[in-house]
Amino acid sequence: MGMTFAQKILAHKSGQDTVKVGQIVTIKPDYLLTHDNTAAIVGKIGDELDKYGVVRTDLNIIVLDHVIPAASEKNAAGHKKIRAFVKEHKIEHFFDIGEGICHQVVYEKGFARPGRIIVGSDSHTCSYGAVGTFSTGIDRTESAALILMGETWLKVPPTIKITLKGRLAKGVSAKDIILRIIGDISADGATYQAVEFHGDIHNLSMDDRFTIANMGIEMGAKIAVFPVDNTTKAFFDEYNIPFNADDVVWADADAEYIRELEYDLSTLEPVIAAPHTVDNVKPVNELEGIPLDQILLGTCTNGRLSDFEIAASIIKGKKIHPGTRMLILPASRHIMREAMKKGYIDALVEAGAVMLPPGCGPCLGAHQGAMAPGEKTLSTANRNFKGRMGCKDAETYLSSPATVAASALHGVITDPRKEII
Amino acid sequence: MKVFKYGDDINTDMLFPGKYTYTCSTAEEIKPHLLEDLDADFASAVQAGDIIFAGNNFGCGSSREQPALGLKAVGVKAIVAKGFSRIFYRASTNQGLMLIECAEAVDAYKEGASVELNTTAGTITVAGKSYNFPKLPDEMMAIMDAGGLLKYTKKKLEER
Repeated sequence: MGMTFAQKILAHKSGQDTVKVGQIVTIKPDYLLTHDNTAAIVGKIGDELDKYGVVRTDLNIIVLDHVIPAASEKNAAGHKKIRAFVKEHKIEHFFDIGEGICHQVVYEKGFARPGRIIVGSDSHTCSYGAVGTFSTGIDRTESAALILMGETWLKVPPTIKITLKGRLAKGVSAKDIILRIIGDISADGATYQAVEFHGDIHNLSMDDRFTIANMGIEMGAKIAVFPVDNTTKAFFDEYNIPFNADDVVWADADAEYIRELEYDLSTLEPVIAAPHTVDNVKPVNELEGIPLDQILLGTCTNGRLSDFEIAASIIKGKKIHPGTRMLILPASRHIMREAMKKGYIDALVEAGAVMLPPGCGPCLGAHQGAMAPGEKTLSTANRNFKGRMGCKDAETYLSSPATVAASALHGVITDPRKEII
Repeated sequence: MKVFKYGDDINTDMLFPGKYTYTCSTAEEIKPHLLEDLDADFASAVQAGDIIFAGNNFGCGSSREQPALGLKAVGVKAIVAKGFSRIFYRASTNQGLMLIECAEAVDAYKEGASVELNTTAGTITVAGKSYNFPKLPDEMMAIMDAGGLLKYTKKKLEER
C-alpha cells in the first residue's frame, strides 16, 4: 500500500521509510512563523532566552501584520519588544510593518517550497499547501518551546482526497469552490485530517490554489495540499525562488484515503457563507438584496493580484453605492504595487473605496473597519464568526472578490454574473 | 463544582474575542473576557474545579491560545465535548488543561445531573452512569504531567 502526501513527508522528515496513520513522529520544522503575537511568545521565555538563546537564528519568520500600524500604545509596545528580540537574537527573517500579511510574505519570499514543513502560530498557516508544503497552525506556547528546542511532535493524519474536475463557469471563483466544499463537509468535516486536491488542477491558478488551501482550517484540516506542476514552477520562476524537483513530495497512486469526494467545477455557482459559521453556505441568489453597510476586498484569502483585477474590472468607471462603504486591503506591498501599476487600485479608489495598508486589517476585529451593532459586512476573508469583526451584534458574510465587487455597486448582495459580461 | 453546557462549533471568537488578542496575554488580563460573547456570566461565575460540557468542534477557528490559558488559570478541571478542533486540542494540552472527547457523556448530561471525573481511571460518571475515555498518547501525557509544555521544555533544557 502506498503513502499519502502527509505520510510521505512526515516519514522523510522523521527519518523513517514509512509511517502509519495515527503514529506520532518527532520533526524539526524548516521554519516557525509568528507575527504580532511574537511579543507574547517571547514574553513566556524571557529567562530561558537569556540563559540558552534561540536554537536557530534562521528558524523564525516574523512578520508584523496583525495590527499595523500600531493602533494603541500597547500594540506599539508589543512591536517594539519584537524588534528588540530580533536584534538581540540576530533573527534572520524579520519583516516589519507594510511588507504584507504573514502568509503572503512566506509565500512570496520563497520560504514555502515543496517538501518543507512550516508550523506557525496562526491557524491559516495551512495556506502553503498551495505549493506542496506541509504547513499547519500551532499555539503560542508551542511556538515558544520551538524557539528554544527547534523540534516538536506531529500525529500522522488520515487523508481526504478531493478531486476537482473541469473548469469553473464565468463569474464563479476558487472561493466558491472552497466555500462549497466546506458547506458540504461542515466546519469539522476534516478535523485531525489532511486534505489532498487532485484532478484538473492545471485549470487553477496559483492564486486560486492559495485561496483554497488558506481555508483548509475552516473545515478543521491539519493541512490542505496541492500537487506541484508547471503552474507552480512558473510561480517560482516569476518570484526568483529556487526550485528543486527532487524536493517535490506527492501521494502514491495507491495511497489509502478515508474519504474521497469529487466535484465537477463547471456545475458550481457563486455562493456565500452566511453568519455565523463558515459552513452556513448558500447560493448567492438566495441572499440577493440583503443591504450591506461595509464591503471588504482583500486579506490572506483574497488579497492577491487576480482578486484586485476581477474587482477592478467590475467596478472601473462606476461608483460604489452611497449606502455602503468599501475597504480594500492588498495582501502584500508587492501586490499593492503591482495593482497600482496596473491601475486596479486607482479604479477602485476612484469609485469610492478606502485603501488600507497591507496587513490583516478589519479581518480580526482589532482595528480598522470595526463594525457597529446591527451592521452587515460582505467580506472576502475566511471567517464570519460572531464577534469576529469586533462586534458580536454585527453580521459578516463571506464571498468571492467578484461577488464583493458586484455587491459594492448596488449596496446589496448581488450575483456577480449580472456584472460580468 | 458547577457544570457549564454549550452547543456545537463553539469557536475561538466566542471563547475569547479577537479584538483582545494583542492587548491581553497574561492570565489576569484574559480572565475577565473568557467566553464573553458566548456567556456573559461565565467569567464571574466560574470557579476552580468546574467542568464544561460541549458539542462538536469545540475551539474551532483561530490558533489563539488565550481561551485554553484562561480556562486553565481559573481552574476549569476539564472540558468534555463530542469533538475538539485540532489546534485547540493541542493548545489545551500545552497549557495542561484536560480535554475529554466523550459524546455519550455529553448526551447524558442534563441540567443538575451529578458529574464525577476520575482522570486516573479514565472515567466520567454522569447521573450515576460511567463512561470511559481513552488515555492520551505518551507524548501528550508527558506534557500534561509536567504541568504544560513550558514547564516540560524548561525541564528538558535543564537536563540537557
